[in-house]
Amino acid sequence: MNRETLDCQRLLCPMPVIRVQNKVLQMHPGDVLEAVCTDPGALNDIPAWSRINGHEVLETRAENDLYIVVVRIGGG
Amino acid sequence: MSKQRKAVALISGGLDSLLAVRVMQEQGIYVEGINFFTGFCVEGHTHAIRKKDRKKPKRNNALWCAEQLGIKLHILDIIEEYKQVLFNPRYGYGANLNPCLDCKIFMVKKAKEWMEAHGFDFIITGEVIGQRPMSQRKDTMPVVQRDSGVTDRLLRPLCARNLPETLPEREGWVVREELYDFSGRTRKPQMALAKKFGFEDYAQPAGGCCFLTDKQYAVKLTDLWQSRGAREYELDDIMLLKVGRHIRPAPNYKLIVAREEGEGKFLQGYKRQYPQLRVTSHGGPLTLVDGELSADDLQLAARIVARYSQGRMEPEVEMEYIETSGHVQPMKVVPLGPMDVKPEWML
Repeated sequence: MNRETLDCQRLLCPMPVIRVQNKVLQMHPGDVLEAVCTDPGALNDIPAWSRINGHEVLETRAENDLYIVVVRIGGG
Repeated sequence: MSKQRKAVALISGGLDSLLAVRVMQEQGIYVEGINFFTGFCVEGHTHAIRKKDRKKPKRNNALWCAEQLGIKLHILDIIEEYKQVLFNPRYGYGANLNPCLDCKIFMVKKAKEWMEAHGFDFIITGEVIGQRPMSQRKDTMPVVQRDSGVTDRLLRPLCARNLPETLPEREGWVVREELYDFSGRTRKPQMALAKKFGFEDYAQPAGGCCFLTDKQYAVKLTDLWQSRGAREYELDDIMLLKVGRHIRPAPNYKLIVAREEGEGKFLQGYKRQYPQLRVTSHGGPLTLVDGELSADDLQLAARIVARYSQGRMEPEVEMEYIETSGHVQPMKVVPLGPMDVKPEWML
């Protein structure tokens, strides 16, 4: 299992989702991706995108001014 | 057993595309959605930069629609390709800088490429005849089909019965009699259909979904092009046009003044790209400087920013001019008087 971090700071919706979407295409089922964002909307949008595309949201959290979403890549 | 037919839907996040997909699903069509990001899209999050708006629900409407419909959604970044649509629209602009017809042609063309690459059969949109003055007229809808090259593989389920038969109807993939004949600007038929399908809380953007239709935004974008001597932009440029108060006291520079804390925080992220003016003796807005300043320009710029600080009535305000290198130049300035900020500076 591979774990990667994706820097989505300063990006506004929907760019964090697009970055996650494009990154996931390069990863494999079971891999874990942690997206680090500054747009609070990412806490809703990345999980929504993950749900409709079959990926599992492991964690969402806010730390200071950062919003972090951790996703396990599904089987497609 | 007949083959499962697949349609790709253009999902804007509004009610019409939501309904168009559900109408197809009712007929057993498998649907996936695509949503295009041009950089000019109006999203709740852009407003959410402003702290006062942060209590409003933050959601991407296209994702919300996809989740309601139970379909996959692919969000496509078309920022670079879209520049040619905006710079050279064959069919011109609408009331502001909105190239609506060329935009629709471009998006349908991109959807056609996606359809062909992914083995889908046809494209659907939520368009309704007469709903939009440029791209959704009876005479311009065939132009979209012709110029995008999609021809009769484009189905508009909400108004299909007002239009010539398309391939999915002719082939019996969908039943024409179960499609709709909506027309005009009224939203009542769509709202009734939404009720029938049990959709609530759908997005109803009052000002459309694209900043290019906004008069004030168009003024700022035109100013950006004039100041650079060329019609060009990067994503950061068009994002910054959505934030703050834009003031151009001279052709060679512009100030972007945060209107409140949330915008200040957002603008702070650009400290390595733009010099900043910051009020140190009083509360005041973070300001970015876009352009090259002479010593006189810097004095005037600082006095304008001081005007927007809590020290505006004081005889003197202390400030810092922070260059992108991090070098800090302390300043003391007299705030401009209320009548000295010229209306023509305001973009």
